[in-house]
Amino acid sequence: MAPKLLRVKVDRERCQGHARCFALAPELFALDEFGNGRERGDGLVAATLEDKARLAQANCPELAIEVTEE
Amino acid sequence: MSNRPPATNWSTDFDHLDSRWSENPYPIWDELRQTCPIAHTDRFMGAYFPSRYEDVRAIAYDTEHFSSRRVVVRETRTSLPPAPPITSDPPAHRPAKQVLLPAFTPEMISRHEPRTRAICRELLARIDGKDGCDGAVDYAQEIPVRVIAHMLGVPEEDADQFRKWIKEILEIGVTDIGVLLRAQGEMIAYFAEKVAARRASPGEDLISYLLSSRVEGRALSDEHIGGTLRLLMIAGIDTTWSAIGSCLWHLAQHAQDRRRLATEPDLMGSAVEEFLRAYAPVTMAREVVKQTEIGGCTFKPGHMVLLSFPAANRDPAMFPDADRVIIDRAQNRHAAFGLGIHRCIGSNLARMEIRVALGEWLARIPEFRLDPDRPVTWSVGTVRGPRRLPLLLGA
Repeated sequence: MAPKLLRVKVDRERCQGHARCFALAPELFALDEFGNGRERGDGLVAATLEDKARLAQANCPELAIEVTEE
Repeated sequence: MSNRPPATNWSTDFDHLDSRWSENPYPIWDELRQTCPIAHTDRFMGAYFPSRYEDVRAIAYDTEHFSSRRVVVRETRTSLPPAPPITSDPPAHRPAKQVLLPAFTPEMISRHEPRTRAICRELLARIDGKDGCDGAVDYAQEIPVRVIAHMLGVPEEDADQFRKWIKEILEIGVTDIGVLLRAQGEMIAYFAEKVAARRASPGEDLISYLLSSRVEGRALSDEHIGGTLRLLMIAGIDTTWSAIGSCLWHLAQHAQDRRRLATEPDLMGSAVEEFLRAYAPVTMAREVVKQTEIGGCTFKPGHMVLLSFPAANRDPAMFPDADRVIIDRAQNRHAAFGLGIHRCIGSNLARMEIRVALGEWLARIPEFRLDPDRPVTWSVGTVRGPRRLPLLLGA
């Protein structure tokens, strides 16, 4: 069985720009010119950054970060 | 507030101006969460107080039934000039906020970090070497006011005047309408003059930024710009001053946290979030504009809601060990900066100021404690934090 890959995605409708994801996992998230969060690139998470992806999700006050396994 | 009849029952007659509430609200909120999670009072012409995180969240998200046109619970329903975007509802809210957001991103705020650090060091140079000081008066209250003056491009020497207006608008003016209206009028006149000066001679400051901003191709009205400037000043000063003061108040009493933070600066990020959760300074308000039901309670139009992010942050259903300050708490979805569309626009600024203020303080004064002979005093109402914080410095 192939190892599972994690993917992060910011729900742009829910995001209010608290910027917690960027503070905790800048490798995975960036901010736009308004300070709202978005995933970097295609959102795929390197194995070494999985904990950071979960940490960002656990600290988003708006529940705007989805972490999916594929 | 000594002339007010004391609250007789927190569930049916709460009064957030009561000294028991401002000095130590946490046991009151714990009791309400268990016995009456949405309290009501006939004071203030009718107001609700939800104490559970889920209800605060639901109300913050519901802009259809809960309007932001009044964001402070006052004795009467005084009509005040708007201060966009905090007093804006959809659809006007979004453009009023979007125009400000680019100036408040972490990247833009980082440009003000050197000035903030210099202010902290200047204040500490006056304190260092003394046996004692007032952590609120000599340090916390001086930092945000000077940083916001720097950002707005107005004289830092006007700091005393700004603090006076804020006390008049957010504390005295809650019950004394004459004081409120006079302070509002003075602020309007102050900023009208500054705006006129910047229009004639633009600079790198936020006033010039607002003057050059366009929303849907149009310049902002003078009324809009004045309202936004009053908001930035009122919201940017005693909020963060309270947060910094509460952090020092906590650290003065918790040697283990103080020493860990002084020796493990990597903990500063999670510690600041935890202080913001546990001692969130700001309680906003909403006005019920359409009847609805939340948390089993009917909200009637015309009544206010005290939207207590500090109480939400102490809800054990959301935060395990909610009453314990855990400076390395890993999961912390606190609501100190609000939830939903009205998320505090200055959150990145506040976080930077608190981080720099604590880091600089601990580097210079790693050991300090409360002065047992002089009492700590707390502000009353919308913003809660220490106003007198007598400290003894050194081991």
